[in-house]
Amino acid sequence: MKEYYRGIESLKEQLVFFKSSTIEPAFGERVFVKWKGKEVPGRVIEINEKLTLIEILGDSSGISRDALVRFTGQMFTVPVSEEMVGKSFNAYGEELKTGRKFIGREVEVYGKPINPFFREYPKEPIVTGFSAIDGLNVLVKGQKLPIFAVSGVETEDLVINLVNSIQTEKTLTVLGIIGLKNEIVDYLLKRISGNTIIFVAKASDPPAAQVLLPRTTLTVAEFFAFEKGVDVVVVLFDMTNYCDSLRQISSKREEIPGRKGYPAYMYSDLASIYERAGLIKGKKGSLTMIPVLTMPDDDITHPIPDLTGYITEGQLVLDRKLHKQNVKPPIDILLSLSRLMNDAVGPFHRRFASQLYSAYAKFKTVEKLASIIGESELGEVERKYLEFGRRFLREFINQKEGERRSLEETFRIGLELLSLLPESELTQLKKEDLKRLKR
Amino acid sequence: MGRIVKVSGPVVEVEIEKGEKPFLFEVAKVGNLSLTGEVVSIAKGRATVQVYERTEGLKVGERVSFDGKMLSITLGPGILGKILDGLGRVLPFSGERIERGREKRFFPEGEFEFKAKVNAGEEVKEGQILGFVELKGFKYKILSPVAAEVKEINSGRVSPKEPVARVGNREVFVFKERAVRIPSSFKNRVEVKEPLLTGQRIIDFLFPIAKGGSASIPGGFGTGKTVLQQTLAKWCNADVIVYIGCGERGNEMTEILKEFPKLKDPYTGRLLMERTVLIANTSDMPVSARESSIYLGITVAEYFKDMGYSVAVMADSTSRWAEAMREISGRMGELPIEEGFPASLSSKIASIYERAGAFLRGSVTIIGAVSPPGGDFSEPVTRHTKRFTGAFWALDRELASSRFYPAVNPFNSYSRYAQFIKDWWNRLGDYESLRNWMVETLQEGERLEKLVKLLGRESLPEDQKLKYEEFNLIKEAFLRQNAFDPVDCYSSPKKQILMAEVLREVSNWWHKVFKKRGIPVDKIVSQPVISKVLKMKMEVDEEHLEEFEELKREIAEVYEEFLR
Repeated sequence: MKEYYRGIESLKEQLVFFKSSTIEPAFGERVFVKWKGKEVPGRVIEINEKLTLIEILGDSSGISRDALVRFTGQMFTVPVSEEMVGKSFNAYGEELKTGRKFIGREVEVYGKPINPFFREYPKEPIVTGFSAIDGLNVLVKGQKLPIFAVSGVETEDLVINLVNSIQTEKTLTVLGIIGLKNEIVDYLLKRISGNTIIFVAKASDPPAAQVLLPRTTLTVAEFFAFEKGVDVVVVLFDMTNYCDSLRQISSKREEIPGRKGYPAYMYSDLASIYERAGLIKGKKGSLTMIPVLTMPDDDITHPIPDLTGYITEGQLVLDRKLHKQNVKPPIDILLSLSRLMNDAVGPFHRRFASQLYSAYAKFKTVEKLASIIGESELGEVERKYLEFGRRFLREFINQKEGERRSLEETFRIGLELLSLLPESELTQLKKEDLKRLKR
Repeated sequence: MGRIVKVSGPVVEVEIEKGEKPFLFEVAKVGNLSLTGEVVSIAKGRATVQVYERTEGLKVGERVSFDGKMLSITLGPGILGKILDGLGRVLPFSGERIERGREKRFFPEGEFEFKAKVNAGEEVKEGQILGFVELKGFKYKILSPVAAEVKEINSGRVSPKEPVARVGNREVFVFKERAVRIPSSFKNRVEVKEPLLTGQRIIDFLFPIAKGGSASIPGGFGTGKTVLQQTLAKWCNADVIVYIGCGERGNEMTEILKEFPKLKDPYTGRLLMERTVLIANTSDMPVSARESSIYLGITVAEYFKDMGYSVAVMADSTSRWAEAMREISGRMGELPIEEGFPASLSSKIASIYERAGAFLRGSVTIIGAVSPPGGDFSEPVTRHTKRFTGAFWALDRELASSRFYPAVNPFNSYSRYAQFIKDWWNRLGDYESLRNWMVETLQEGERLEKLVKLLGRESLPEDQKLKYEEFNLIKEAFLRQNAFDPVDCYSSPKKQILMAEVLREVSNWWHKVFKKRGIPVDKIVSQPVISKVLKMKMEVDEEHLEEFEELKREIAEVYEEFLR
């Protein structure tokens, strides 16, 4: 359909109220609105007998009631093609370099829920080269494991390291950049290369494009994972910007807000993104997701990290204090968790992780205590915990720039550190594990 | 019939044709795709339908038909082992992706061997057993729908389409149809007296749940709600288990789908799945079906309860259900009262948990997980759930982050069922006094732990230090339980009693040695035999419970040495 229709009744910022009588639009349909020589995409968000409510996904300045509307008869789509690898695109699948729409098969971006019956349970670890992840919070193929970042900590460096460390000839990484500043976008584009596809919606792009971006990214990722049998890791950075755009749109639609003004349906909305990760029975590829979000004011109970944590299979939490102590990556393991780890690793790995966790937790209590009563007042065992914990941060969590640690090396360091503690404290280990300790 | 006049998300307004009289909660089929929905409000000539599937693509003017019945489910032989979605469709009703407008309802398949238990001419009561059919070792009892005379009844092979009996003027089939929002009869309710055993020590021993009781598991994300729910489903001694995955993760549901069919029932040795019904409505499946999934699960439970079975319903998570309700009421323009929830929240929560109960025959136990936003227990769903449940297992972020599982906080959890089931336990051993001892020690420990956090363990006087160590011993050796360890994952009541006895033995010796000899606490508690006590949960399995006696002897030997 290339026909343009007149019939706008009223306008309100991004919202266009269009007379329904002229045409029969479908709920959710993609439209184009044309005025003063430009054409901007829009979406039908409500229909009734008299009016069709269209939301403009872009800049609506200068629009008047004379604007024309073109109905496509289709939902939102993005082109998919194997030629996309190594290139960068915007939320609509237009290549950044040329500004032209990429040629490929058009696929609807909203996706369909995976039938739980046809999901394959994830159980194959992905090696990231970070001890804090590979040893204690294992990332598993088909998992969604978010990073809860704090502002001021250079999250982009962690993202770059992760992407460059995870991508191999066999593993494709797809990076979705949502609402980041120009300079950070350039920084990322410059340092990420190889087997990667990048989608970008900058901070200056309209909220609607930022809300569309993760869906575009995932639609392309799904094509590679489930049609081409590739292991795909999607990094979405930064989901906090996504949620803020979602809130903006919701408030313009005058919806009843939930917590902190975010829409009441944000849980379902985030789920429709995060749940696109997974494995499908009988298919070779996998879709793993690492959504990155910045906790507003470092608050893990803020609706964005909170709702995310309820959907994703664990979380990696960054800590400002560790960052200041120069621990890189500054992952706070006590708040971090990988829910799929237990089934993806062997029994020794499980006990190893659980022992390091409880020892580090004990260290944290001892450390707090020491700051109140002084180290000299501590008992003998407590002093051992203090030494263990400090070395644990320095030697286990902390890694040199560009160091890609093997799992054996992670085990070796961990066991060496556990040897600092008396055997009676190592209640999570079995007899045979104790023999592996260096005494 | 009717036609669409407005679409806004899952809410569709319909203009009703003349003569058509839809009723509240009637099932409607909406649009050319024939999407399933429910009538939620009616005005003159208009009806509002809440659609259970995504509504993208619907157009004004498309047709809507009314089914003439409420959302209901067919219940009959073969329902055990099935996996249903929130609307009661049998998975997989669709391919690898959930497509819209698909329909595949459960209906019994094949022929059944019906065995009559009453004779023609007998007067039967409503709900009395007429006979049963057996399938995969499970007896599906066929009940009389009315109090009347049995006119005709025959043992033998029947297909689901043929009646097995005629009672009064009603034909009785092997299946029945039930509307999911209407509770079964509450007649013959009795007081709870038997525990629902779960094999989890902190629950069975300290905060028990009775058959017919209700419990809630509140906890922020990462505190182990789902693992606990699944562990309970695996090990509880109910006859039938209904597991509702409501708005939760897809992979979690897959784990259950993958694991449950392999699990052996610890009580009968058969497959666990043969006595389980799974209801899967993951977070990316439509929000409205999430709302109905809990009612559906409880309706299935009541079907088996009426036959006289004990049924456990695990609902994970009721917060997602409440949020679904909030989302829908928001779209219908209802007034938000507390954090966006409608005022009817508390009565809706009550309407779920009040369907639990012990009856003359059978029981329904409901265990609901609650996911409070930000882990804040003062939020509306947690608060109202607390009002309507008898056991409260509060999961604790601090315990979880030190990987102390189950992360049930022993200080703010409670159960009102302990008093009802103590007679059952007392037959196995000295339950009441062991439990009291443990509860007291934990209470004292809570006070001491606060001191220790503030001033350090070294600041405690020796006698208090001993009590603190006793508290830690109970926590580590008894309350902490590893769901992934092949031995520790399940403790029989006998093992729980024996373990508690060992711990009290240790405690008695510690106090004795301390009082009589004044030996430093650090020396008393760091005997090698104590690390054996700490590991007894993993190293003594159910077949070798006599080893606890040996352990007790060993403890006595070690500490007698001090007295010499």
